[in-house]
Amino acid sequence: MPTKIEKDTATGRMTTGHEWDGIKELNTPLPKWWLYVFYISIAFSAVWVLLFPGIPLGTTYFKGLLGYSTRVEHVENLAAVEAGRADVLAKIRATDVADILKDPATATYAVAGGRVAFAENCAACHGAGGAGQSGYPALGDDSWLWGGDIHTIRQTLMHGIRSVTDPDTRMSEMPAFGQILDREQITTLTSYVLSLSGAATPAAAVMEQGQTLFADNCAACHGDNGQGNREFGAPSLADQLWLYGGTEAEVAGQITQPRHGVMPNWGGRLDEATINMLAVYVHSLGGGE
Amino acid sequence: MSTSGIDLDGHHEETAQPALFANRLKVYPKAVKGPVRRIKWALLVVMLGIYYILPWVRWDRGPGRPDQALLLDMEGRRGYFFNLEIWPDEIYYLAGLLILAAVLLFLVTSLYGRLWCGYACPQTVWTDLFMWVERLIEGDRAERIRNDKAKLTVRKAGRKIAKHMVWLVIAALTGGAWIMYFRDAPTVTVELLTGSASGMAYSMFALFTVTTYVLAGWAREQVCTYMCPWPRFQAAMLDDQTVTVTYQGWRGETRGKYRKGESFEGRGDCVDCAQCVQVCPTGIDIRDGIQLECINCGLCVDACDNVMEKLHRPKSLITWDTFANQAALGRGETPKPMKLIRPRTMIYTGLIVVLGAVMLAQLLTRTRVDTTLIRDRAPLFVTLSDGSIRNGYTLKITNRRVEPASFAVMVDGPEGLKATVHLADGQELPADDVEVRGDGVGSLRMFVSMPRAIIPEEQTPLHVTVRNQTTGEEAHVDTMFVAPPSGADRTQRSNSVAPVQMP
Repeated sequence: MPTKIEKDTATGRMTTGHEWDGIKELNTPLPKWWLYVFYISIAFSAVWVLLFPGIPLGTTYFKGLLGYSTRVEHVENLAAVEAGRADVLAKIRATDVADILKDPATATYAVAGGRVAFAENCAACHGAGGAGQSGYPALGDDSWLWGGDIHTIRQTLMHGIRSVTDPDTRMSEMPAFGQILDREQITTLTSYVLSLSGAATPAAAVMEQGQTLFADNCAACHGDNGQGNREFGAPSLADQLWLYGGTEAEVAGQITQPRHGVMPNWGGRLDEATINMLAVYVHSLGGGE
Repeated sequence: MSTSGIDLDGHHEETAQPALFANRLKVYPKAVKGPVRRIKWALLVVMLGIYYILPWVRWDRGPGRPDQALLLDMEGRRGYFFNLEIWPDEIYYLAGLLILAAVLLFLVTSLYGRLWCGYACPQTVWTDLFMWVERLIEGDRAERIRNDKAKLTVRKAGRKIAKHMVWLVIAALTGGAWIMYFRDAPTVTVELLTGSASGMAYSMFALFTVTTYVLAGWAREQVCTYMCPWPRFQAAMLDDQTVTVTYQGWRGETRGKYRKGESFEGRGDCVDCAQCVQVCPTGIDIRDGIQLECINCGLCVDACDNVMEKLHRPKSLITWDTFANQAALGRGETPKPMKLIRPRTMIYTGLIVVLGAVMLAQLLTRTRVDTTLIRDRAPLFVTLSDGSIRNGYTLKITNRRVEPASFAVMVDGPEGLKATVHLADGQELPADDVEVRGDGVGSLRMFVSMPRAIIPEEQTPLHVTVRNQTTGEEAHVDTMFVAPPSGADRTQRSNSVAPVQMP
């Protein structure tokens, strides 16, 4: 509170009693219209409260004279979005995936939709963006166990891999060579297999023996030079990618007691439009053939 | 500094305890003739002319493009200024222009006071126009005061209604013209008149009509004294070399009533006729000195000069002069010419020159191509079957030209890197022929791969250039190529992502 209210000699007005650097503040009244604007604001808020919901009434609330609700509006907006999507989703559902790729606008939509579906359903195993992890193939590289063209990708998505619930699933089993070969043979084979992908070449005798063992036991599925065979989903052993790791111990382990990854069949679980969008998205990750 | 508590004769109101709220003291500005008034009329015609006519100026930009010289197309998200086309992300040109205008205002104010307020401010210009209408219909000051005090008659009501109707018409024209800066003028005019314009257009039209009517018709000087922030800090731009409207107190005082034939010996030239107060659009007495309400319009100069002429006294009792000169004259010294070169004027001028040069250079060198590049974060990199490492990027090429164009994408980095550009669906494009539609953004994927042997470090800087193959315009962007830690054995788990620290 101002302590000393006095009259300003120059203007004859009252001061507020505030003083800064010898300058006293005059007590100048606000203009009347200012007051009226304040009253109008009060009236406006009263009307607003009547028109729109906002007053709680025990377990319910006053709905407002306009019956407006942000929730209703949100539901309507969602319905509008769904309706807007219906056309393009129907088109994606009915179109062969290869033809989707030929239509840039639909393909772009499918990639965007596929990205979302991938994050929900696939990223848990294959990693965000198809990064892959040990035992789960990366989807962005240029190596495909079963083939990387759009139809093959869609087939894999629909029926999965070694999925017991789908009779059309992709099936292959690598025998457990731990019961067929002895420990020394497996060590030899491991050295040979590693040399296929550029690791140090073992001694000539080991190399020769490994070659024979490979031709007898592995070449039928993995190919004469370890190039792999997509018919059986047999991975290439001559490239730099190892699904279950590329150390001696890991390779030897996979020969002795192979692990077989299982991918569920998504046909029936996901809408066909979503499957198609996923196929287009996975194909677009950079390894599509 | 005086307050607005002045009655019409220029005497201060004596109030013992001021009320919380004050009624408006209505100002009845009197008509005045003279050179200042003529300049104000001329400027009013020019500025209102520009405002109302500018949207109708056509500018051919080819088929399918707006042919309005000045258009802020909100729906199309483009600003058109004659030959210039501004995209939303180039809005800094507009910001720069506003900053330039502000500094220019500071400079003008420090040199010549509030010339903006008195001559160019829309509030002043429209209020002047509304006052002119008021004067035509309701007569000059004395008649208006009489009329307002008189009882309501048919004639009084008729004149008031006529005045407000004309005001509303002017306000509607003003509000209508505002819309035309945002929509094609002929189209939106037809739409507004036939009732087919958008709700947004009508609400903006209504908003600007109402504000023009209220602010220029009713609020007037109250806008300047209560609502406008400018008077509150304009004093910071003034110094004793600033030319402002000034009452020559040393010459005018002691003021007093004057009877014809009397001598001016031993008294001031001011005859206390209050003409300067009566013509003032903000209702102040300039003889109290520079004050917040004074908009430096100089109508009091004309009014006083007319009186001085009749009395055969020298003119310029109220005039434009610097505080320093007035003080010198008061002491009986010879005034010096105004000092144009002062620290503040030099700083403002310097700012204007620098800012103007930067903007001009920016404008002259601006290209109509822009690019952004976003590195994929998941996965950070992918190992390919031959052991090389590949990074994925989302590449956006903005083609601001109307014509579709072919762009070349070039990646500078270690010798041996391979870059490919793809459509969103994965289809590969030739890197020297990436087609982007005119006036649009091409969203692409880019893959860069390098054999493990040539990757210099975990994070390798890349420089990407995008060039319009027709015009040669280029856009540049820097990015990173990320590889697994160099110590990692390449046969180890190369399928999976090793944790890599991002910068």
